[in-house]
Amino acid sequence: MSATLQNVVNKPYKHGFVTEIESDVAPKGLNEETIRLISTKKNEPEWLLEFRLKAYEQWLKMEEPKWSNVTYPKIDFQEISYYSAPKPKKKLASMDEVDPELLRTFEKLGVPMNERAALAGVAVDVIFDSVSVATTYKEKLAEVGIIFCSITEAVHTHPELVKQYLGSVVPVGDNYYAALNSAVFTDGSFCFIPKGIKCPMDLSTYFRINTEGSGQFERTLIVAEEGGAVSYLEGCTAPRFDTNQLHAAVVELVALDSADIKYSTVQNWYAGDESGVGGIYNFVTKRGLAKGRNSRISWTQVETGSAITWKYPSCVLQGDNSVGEFYSVAVTNNYQQADTGTKMVHIGKNTRSTIVSKGISAGHSSNSYRGLVRVSPTAADARNFSQCDSMLIGDQCSANTFPYIHVRNNSAKVEHEASTSKIGEDQLFYFAQRGIGSEEAVSMIINGFCKDVFQQLPMEFAVEATNLLGLKLEGSVG
Amino acid sequence: MIYQESKILLEVCGLCATVNGIEILKGINLTIRSGEIHAIMGTNGSGKSTFAKVLAGHTAYKITGGTVTFEGKNLLDLAPEERARTGIFLGFQYPIEIPGVANNQFLRLAYNTAQVQRNKDELDPLEFDDLVREKMKLLEINPDFLSRSVNENFSGGEKKRNEILQMALLDPKLAILDETDSGLDIDALRIVANGVNQLANKDNATILVTHYQRMLNYIVPDFVHVMESGRIVKTGGKELAFDLEKHGYDWVNIEQPAIAGT
Repeated sequence: MSATLQNVVNKPYKHGFVTEIESDVAPKGLNEETIRLISTKKNEPEWLLEFRLKAYEQWLKMEEPKWSNVTYPKIDFQEISYYSAPKPKKKLASMDEVDPELLRTFEKLGVPMNERAALAGVAVDVIFDSVSVATTYKEKLAEVGIIFCSITEAVHTHPELVKQYLGSVVPVGDNYYAALNSAVFTDGSFCFIPKGIKCPMDLSTYFRINTEGSGQFERTLIVAEEGGAVSYLEGCTAPRFDTNQLHAAVVELVALDSADIKYSTVQNWYAGDESGVGGIYNFVTKRGLAKGRNSRISWTQVETGSAITWKYPSCVLQGDNSVGEFYSVAVTNNYQQADTGTKMVHIGKNTRSTIVSKGISAGHSSNSYRGLVRVSPTAADARNFSQCDSMLIGDQCSANTFPYIHVRNNSAKVEHEASTSKIGEDQLFYFAQRGIGSEEAVSMIINGFCKDVFQQLPMEFAVEATNLLGLKLEGSVG
Repeated sequence: MIYQESKILLEVCGLCATVNGIEILKGINLTIRSGEIHAIMGTNGSGKSTFAKVLAGHTAYKITGGTVTFEGKNLLDLAPEERARTGIFLGFQYPIEIPGVANNQFLRLAYNTAQVQRNKDELDPLEFDDLVREKMKLLEINPDFLSRSVNENFSGGEKKRNEILQMALLDPKLAILDETDSGLDIDALRIVANGVNQLANKDNATILVTHYQRMLNYIVPDFVHVMESGRIVKTGGKELAFDLEKHGYDWVNIEQPAIAGT
C-alpha cells in the first residue's frame, strides 16, 4: 500500500473518555456465588435470580463458538470481574477542562452543542439544565404511557412486563455469549410502548446523554404493543473507551400486531492501536421478534469501532405480513476484525425482508458479512432481497461474504446480490488530477458507497455518521 | 496558434522516469509556449502516455533525472492535486470509474476547488447546474449524465466527452489529452475536437498525445513531436503528421538518426 493510502486510513483514535472510575468491584471469577452477589447487590426478585442461575447452568455446558471468521486469544472468564457498582465519574467543572482534542472531534462530527458537555463528562448541571430536559422528556413520555427507564428500575417498577418478555426472544441458552449475558447482566434499558401509541420522539437524544455506566454486559428490552411505534437509537458517534475488553450485550425487541420498531446503532468503541493491541471485543446478540401481523422490525447499524465485532441483528418474522429490515455499514481499519450480518427467519405468510450490507475494510483488517435467510414451510409467499457490497482500501485487508439461504417453501422469492470494489491508487489519482485531495476523495467515495444505509438513519445522526466515517478513514493528508 | 511574444508555459529538460525500476523516459526535452498546440505521436510503448502521466504527477512513476518547470515553478515539487490546481489538466486515456459518486457532485467539487484557487466564489448546486448544462450543450451531452456515477457504465465516447467537459469547467492553462481520440467514432471525434478548439486561446496550451493522425484533421497542431524509446526523436510542423501517416513510424528511423528535443 502506498504512503498516501496509509496516511489516509490511519486516523488515530481519539481517547476522550478515559476517566477514572472508582468502583465497588466484586472479586474476579464466575461462579454461582458471583451471580447471587450481583442479584443481591441489585436487590432483585427471586424469579430474576432463577433466570440468571438457569442461564449460568446452560452456559457451563456450552462451548465458545468457533465458526466466525475472527481470531483472538482465548478469553479467561475467571479473570473478569462481573460486578462493579459504578460510582459517579469524576466530573469536570467546566468545558474549559475538556481535552481540546476531544472538542475538535465533536466539532468534526458535528455533535450538537448541548450534548458535547455531557459526552465529555462535564457535570451537566454546571453547563445546562439537562436534568430538567431529561425530566421533561420523561414526563412527556409518561403522559402517553410509554415506559422508558433502566432495566434495573423496570425490574422493580414493572416486574410483570419484564418477567413476561425478558428472554422471550433470546432464550437464556441461545448462544454462549447470550447465556453469559443472561447470567451476569448488570444494566441496560427497558422501553415499553403501549397499544396504539407512536412514540412522539426518537428515543435518542435523551438516551445519548445517559449512557454512563451501562456496563460490560448490557441488556436491552423493547416491547411495542399493538399499533405502537418507536425509533430507538443506541450508542453515539463520539469515541468510547472502556477498560473492559469483553462486551457481551443482548438486545431483544418484541413487536405485536402492526407495531413498528426501528433500532439504530452507531458503534465507536475503542478499536485497539495501529498494531492491533487492545480494543474491545464486541460480542452481541440482537434479535427482534415480529410477533404480530403486519409488524415491522428494522435494524440500522453503523459499526466503526471495537477490535472484534461479532453481531447479527436478526428478525424472526412470525406474524403474517410482517417485515424485517437490516441496513448495515461496517468499517474496519488497522487490525480490526468484523464478522457481522443478520438472520431473517420467515415463519408467517407473506413476510418480507430486506438486507443491505456495506462493508469497508482498510489497513490489515478483515471484514466479513454473514447472513442467513431462512424460509420455513409455513412462510408462503415470503420474499427477501439481499445486497452485500464490500469495499477494500489498500491491498492488505480482506472482505468476505458468507450468505446462507435455506428455503423450504416453493412460493418464496429470494434474491441475493453482491459486489466487491476497491479504492485504488488510480481513483485517488483521478480525483487528485481534478484538484481534489485524497481525504476528500476517500470521503466522497465512501459516502457514495454507504448512502443507501445512511438514509435510513435519523437525520442528524446521518450527518454525524457521515463525518464519523471520514474521521475513521481519513488521515493527516493535505 | 503561434503568437509573437507568447510566454513559456512549460519547459522540460532531460526528463527521465522509471516504473518498477524500468526506465521509460530517457531524457525528454520540450518547450511549450502559451497559445500553442503540440501533438506528441509515437508507437505503442514509445513512452508518450507515460510522459503525460509523469507531467500530471502519477505516483507510480519515479523521476530519475531532468527538470520540469511550469510558469517558472518546479513542477516536480508539487503533489498531483497541486499540479492540477496550478492549471495542469490531464485528459485520461482510460477515465476511471467511481461508483456511488454522482457526476454532478464530482464536477462541482472539482470546479469549486479551482474557483478557490483563483480567488473566485464557489458555486452552490443550483448555480453550478446552470453552468454545467451550458457546457454540456457544447459537447452534446445528454442531461441524465449528471446524475449518473462518475464514468460508471459510460460508453467509451461518453467517458471521453466527460473528460472534455471537465476540461471546459476547469479551464486549465495546459491541457494534456492522452489518446482522447481512441475509441471515438467519427461523430464523437468531431464533437470532442470541436470542444478542444473552442477552449484553445492565446493564454493556454494543449498537448495532444495520439497514435493516429486522424484527430489532427480536426485539431491543427503547431508542432508535431515523434517519440520513440522514451525520447523525442523528431519535431516538425503539422505536415510531419501527414508524413507519418503516409510512411509509418519506421520512416522516422530510416530517414533520420535519433535527435533529441526541439
